[in-house]
Amino acid sequence: MAAEPIVHIQGLRKRFGTNEVLKGIDFDVQPGEVVAIIGKSGSGKSTLLRCINGLEEFQEGALAVDGQALRHGDAKAMRALRQHVGMIFQSFNLFPHLTVGRNVMLAPKLVKSTSPEEGEKTARKLLERVGLAEKFDAWPDQLSGGQQQRVAIARALAMQPSVMLCDEITSALDPELVGEVLRVVESLADEGMTLLMVTHEMNFARKVSDRVVFMHAGRIHEMGPPEQLFGAPQTAELKQFIAALH
Amino acid sequence: MVEFSLWDILRNLLLAARWTVALSLIAFIGGGLVGMALLLARLAKVPGAQRGVAAYVQLFQGTPLLMQLFLAYFGLALFGIQVSAWVAAGVALTLYASAFLTEIWRGCVNAIPKGQWEAADSLALSFGEKMRHVVGPQALRIAVAPTVGFLVQVIKGTALASVIGFIELTKAGTMISNATFKPFIVYACVALMYFALCWPVSAYSRRLERSFRNGR
Repeated sequence: MAAEPIVHIQGLRKRFGTNEVLKGIDFDVQPGEVVAIIGKSGSGKSTLLRCINGLEEFQEGALAVDGQALRHGDAKAMRALRQHVGMIFQSFNLFPHLTVGRNVMLAPKLVKSTSPEEGEKTARKLLERVGLAEKFDAWPDQLSGGQQQRVAIARALAMQPSVMLCDEITSALDPELVGEVLRVVESLADEGMTLLMVTHEMNFARKVSDRVVFMHAGRIHEMGPPEQLFGAPQTAELKQFIAALH
Repeated sequence: MVEFSLWDILRNLLLAARWTVALSLIAFIGGGLVGMALLLARLAKVPGAQRGVAAYVQLFQGTPLLMQLFLAYFGLALFGIQVSAWVAAGVALTLYASAFLTEIWRGCVNAIPKGQWEAADSLALSFGEKMRHVVGPQALRIAVAPTVGFLVQVIKGTALASVIGFIELTKAGTMISNATFKPFIVYACVALMYFALCWPVSAYSRRLERSFRNGR
């Protein structure tokens, strides 16, 4: 694990007004690592994730992805950093005015100046990978939630990110649709994608992740391999959190 | 006494209607361009734009167009700037329309869910790309109806330009009716001409909305 971390976070503090939601986060992620972030709502886990691609600004500390430092207010640096970081949202956030195929092709065309032919080839390949090859010309609102989320994964992958952030990506789905999305995420993990996911799917976190981070009151409270965290929690807060799940 | 035929009335009104059309076009185009620029300045978080544009909107929405026309024409003259009626009307109508349009469009842009902005941001789209490809097309759809509603108001509002000497449709109607003593016929013709100007605009907006729904 001596390699250069792909995500490097140091002394990160984030305030909303006077309310400090992240109180000094030091955290490194190695390439290919799968990290699950768990914790109660309000513990700062989603905020931490959203800091990594600059959707939230932080007041103190440093953050870098793939050696690219995050600098708010520097549009060029933000654009460079965001090309390394893909994000999948709880509410899918597909562009409703574009077909599935064009949702996937839009960013590579604009940001990476991919040619139309190449863009379409990549998009079709990615949609096939998430099991939606036949939906290329469909509109987002014609798809089920699970299908929309898989398109969102394909859209994020089209930018060839080094790190993928997943923000409670199955929370808005009907229970029977959760499996199809998690299977895609698991295949990404198997292929060596670096994944950071905020999740409430504890079984999935346990099964897929290399490391689990338990956040509590704006701090990383406990961190370690899933067997250790779920099997032998050290702190009272984590014990309570795990007990509340059952 | 000279007899005026219906054709004489219509012909003179049609000639005057040209000014109504011209003033409306100035308001549409000038107001649209300035309104869009103000909106983009606000969205791009240009320093001071938020407050500045809000004050601008309040100022022009909170005062009658009539006063704005007066002030543009006579007020500038007080400062030694001689402006023609065209310039004064063009400036006043542009400012007036831009204040309303920028506010209407801001509402449409605000109606686009936050998730759309975040998705565009997370895909590394620049501000311009985000506006052009993600937020703009979605905002445009909801903007059609309120925008056209306002433009129809502007067409009718150009009648006020008569106070600074424009002989547009309404003013011409008054003059002709004074000369012919046939106010009912004259004003009926005036009303029909306004309708003939406004109706196609509304009809076009309905068609536009339909085509957005079908063609996406």
